Amino acid sequence: MALDRETLLQMQRRMLRIRHFDERASKMVKRGQIPGTVHTSIGQEAQVVGACMALGDGDYMSGNHRSHGHPIGKGSPLGPLMAELVGKGTGVCGGKGGSLHLADFAVGSLGESGIVGSSIPIATGAALSAKVLGNGRVSLAFFGDGAANQGCLYEAMNLAGSWDLPVIFLCENNQYALSTPAHTVTSGVIAERAAGFGIAGVRVEDGQDVLAVYDATRTAVERARRGEGPTLIEVVTYRFHEHSEGLRLGTDYRDAAEKEAWLERDPIVLFRQHLVADGVATDAELDALEAEVIAEVDEAVAFTDASPFPDPSVAFADLYTEPTPLRVAATLRGAS
Amino acid sequence: MAVMSYLGAIGAAQREAMEADERVVIIGEDVEANVYGTTGAGKSRKDKGDFLEMFGSNRIRNTPISEEVIVGAAAGAAMTGLRPIVDLSYSSFLYMAMDQFVNQVAKNRYMFGGQASMPVVFRSAMFYGLNTGAHHSDRPYPMFMNVPGLKIMVPASPSDAKGLLRTAVDLDDPVLTFEACPLWGLKEEVSEEEYRIPFGVGRVAREGSDVTIVAISSAVPESVAAAEALQAEGISAEVIDPRTLVPLDVDLILGSVARTGRLVVADPAHRTCGAAAEISAIVAEEAFDSLRAPIVRVATPDTQIPFSPALEKQLYPSRDGIAAAVRRVLGARPLIDAGV
Repeated sequence: MALDRETLLQMQRRMLRIRHFDERASKMVKRGQIPGTVHTSIGQEAQVVGACMALGDGDYMSGNHRSHGHPIGKGSPLGPLMAELVGKGTGVCGGKGGSLHLADFAVGSLGESGIVGSSIPIATGAALSAKVLGNGRVSLAFFGDGAANQGCLYEAMNLAGSWDLPVIFLCENNQYALSTPAHTVTSGVIAERAAGFGIAGVRVEDGQDVLAVYDATRTAVERARRGEGPTLIEVVTYRFHEHSEGLRLGTDYRDAAEKEAWLERDPIVLFRQHLVADGVATDAELDALEAEVIAEVDEAVAFTDASPFPDPSVAFADLYTEPTPLRVAATLRGAS
Repeated sequence: MAVMSYLGAIGAAQREAMEADERVVIIGEDVEANVYGTTGAGKSRKDKGDFLEMFGSNRIRNTPISEEVIVGAAAGAAMTGLRPIVDLSYSSFLYMAMDQFVNQVAKNRYMFGGQASMPVVFRSAMFYGLNTGAHHSDRPYPMFMNVPGLKIMVPASPSDAKGLLRTAVDLDDPVLTFEACPLWGLKEEVSEEEYRIPFGVGRVAREGSDVTIVAISSAVPESVAAAEALQAEGISAEVIDPRTLVPLDVDLILGSVARTGRLVVADPAHRTCGAAAEISAIVAEEAFDSLRAPIVRVATPDTQIPFSPALEKQLYPSRDGIAAAVRRVLGARPLIDAGV
């Protein structure tokens, strides 16, 4: 599919946003500026952005624990995302979600799930609502090779296939469920499992190629919009960082040569080479684009730094539609 | 007004909700064939038509037996513009979808900072007392009371079932309704007009002055029967049906206990960490000074549900068991009355 220059540069911009956002987050974890646990998308940017940009603005998606990239890929501003990672009141979830539960409904991001596979049914339900309401939207569930072995995926594929739901099941196969090599716990090829449900299945062998991922997802999105039902896409990729930031394992579960070979295939470097070789942009233009992105991340951090932490009373908000008497909160407040 | 059964009243509420708002859909196991009489106007399609005929296959959908995706997909649909009513058949099947209930349905509004709205109702029937053994007979509402973010209704009469369900469908919060199969046969006059019963407002099923019986679900008619029997002994028992457990009408319970000074809680769930335990704890914490006797719980003992009628029937709160509990908390009374 021929894409215009603006779209191609937007792909590079969003990949760079994810890279610099997550590199900054990684540093902030090490400095103790981000509490809790953080999983970066570094190395997987092509797979994230290729899929997100194949979706329309009104389309839905759900994510997983490694999901900073998903809202960024769909166009979320960086400030509220970074503020959420730090737990500030201006965070996209008001400080109640954190790295593991980002959501930005404004861009169709229905939320990450810290429970592996658990958001797949949510995305399936968003597709049901699109179908019943007839609004032409589609929905995409991001999940990893680990989640590919959760039962809810197969319940969802069966339901979506039975009802021709406009949903895309996108498996980000980074080849390891934490330390466990996917091939040791996965029988057969994930993409081929689609055949058992009579739905389309496709494997993108080079998930470091943003255009390959875009094309595969675009085809699935168009199929869904035509009312022809779901698609399972398996994208083979690699995470460049450890499972989570700061995690130190005593075992080298990833072969050094394998890791080196994948690090050579940095999706952002590859796409930059492609853009220059195709005459889409010059090195100078791409340097300027990257500088803009770095400035955006700086601004996001400055926004975060300038933001206050939420008031303790916020812990009792948003559990239900207000006003719902929350007895526990009243007791706590009365006691303090 | 019309005489409606418990299930008929639920069906009437579902029909009203489907007619009132096109965003309301019904999904679940066996809903198209109106197996339980809640998705049709009458007992059969021939009678007055069923929902499939009335609303079409886009808005009423049979699901595969896949509780996890049924619950999760209903949640995802609720987050994006639908207002699903989900029929999960029996309450013992809810555990198949526990992750979706606990981690998605209950948490999404909260952890996403209020971005998610969750207007979805999950119906299930507690099929106890009917000799179906351990895999159909659970009364699991206390487990879900322990999950902040869910609302829970336990209607004990046809008119409450209709009015509460209409409210549940209107709410933007997830509601679990636990329908008691022992109540399926109840019939009473129910308004055919639209009406809604608010959550968190209990009902005084019978007024009294000597003891408060807080009764849940099928324990309500048993408690009323117990109170009638106790009347003959000169004991005046007040029966309170909270109707919703989350939110709970604490003020109604505390107000009654303040007058009677005694509390019996009748709860068909298991005794440990049951609804009765929570209600007892609230009263002990907040109305200790009013109590003239220890609180007594009448609940199902902490055993599994056996198949044989000879074994099962004894386990649930009965009118005799509730009356005995009332006599126990009033143990000192005959002596006082005798002027001793």
